[in-house]
Amino acid sequence: MSDIADRVKKIVVEHLGVEEDKVVESASFIDDLGADSLDTVELVMAFEEEFGIEIPDDAAETIQTVGDAVTFIKGAV
Amino acid sequence: MFDLTGKTALVTGASGGIGGAIAQALHGAGATVALSGTREGPLGELAAGLGERAHVVPANLSDPEAAARLVKDAAGAMGSVDILVNNAGITRDNLFMRMSDDEWAQVLEVNLSSVFRLSRAALRGMMKARWGRIVSITSVVGATGNPGQGNYAAAKAGLVGMSKSLAYEVASRGITVNCVAPGFIETPMTDSLTDDQKDRILGQIPTGRMGRPDEIAAAVLYLASPEAGYVTGATLHVNGGMAMV
Repeated sequence: MSDIADRVKKIVVEHLGVEEDKVVESASFIDDLGADSLDTVELVMAFEEEFGIEIPDDAAETIQTVGDAVTFIKGAV
Repeated sequence: MFDLTGKTALVTGASGGIGGAIAQALHGAGATVALSGTREGPLGELAAGLGERAHVVPANLSDPEAAARLVKDAAGAMGSVDILVNNAGITRDNLFMRMSDDEWAQVLEVNLSSVFRLSRAALRGMMKARWGRIVSITSVVGATGNPGQGNYAAAKAGLVGMSKSLAYEVASRGITVNCVAPGFIETPMTDSLTDDQKDRILGQIPTGRMGRPDEIAAAVLYLASPEAGYVTGATLHVNGGMAMV
């Protein structure tokens, strides 16, 4: 399970170009990690590809933090 | 100049006069092209004439499901869609007071809504590639209006506003979104005009002639090129001076 969290963090670090230690579960993509709204769309796309899942738009809107993403993906894979 | 080697382009309405010329121009610059339209016969002939790097991907864009499928088909055939040329369009002319809901809806569906769906579907790959070109063919009447074409002019003007909005959203990802607005071009669509109508039109065109499809294609080729990377949200008017907007 921690494998999923690690993979999510890796994607976030690569995509947003932020320090790894800032990518904690409670970190908000927009408020804490400097993402804009288009970045969040791209992150969702990247998660979909990495984990081979579909994240519907209404679910994507609820994914605000790193922890949200990990929780959603754990439930979806 | 304008080398598209290694790029892939989807052209809708490629069985028409302007679409065919656009496909030829992009292909001539080295791009791999996917030719879309409703009539497979002319598409096949065009592809055969182009030779290698040409694929036929038929679609009827009056079907809302068709757009996403078309982008998928084109990406399947070419590996990606780097350049999307939204050229497909229809007319259902009628005086405004006589225009039916159907005539309005059909033109808006094919000329505007399908472009929204095609662009949305193509963006995913362009975002990942950090490079993309969306060029939509509008019309001079989108800027000037035209009696009998309330539906067509609305759709074409709508494309301009849509393209500008999208251009804002994706500019930071290396994707440009532009329009080319032809004036009167020699195609089967304008062949059906009477001599009297043609004379009246020519009287309003400073260059004194109709445009050629390859003159539209040249504008599309420029906007699709790496050289036009700093041009986005623009409409390039190619109308012989008929409307200087």
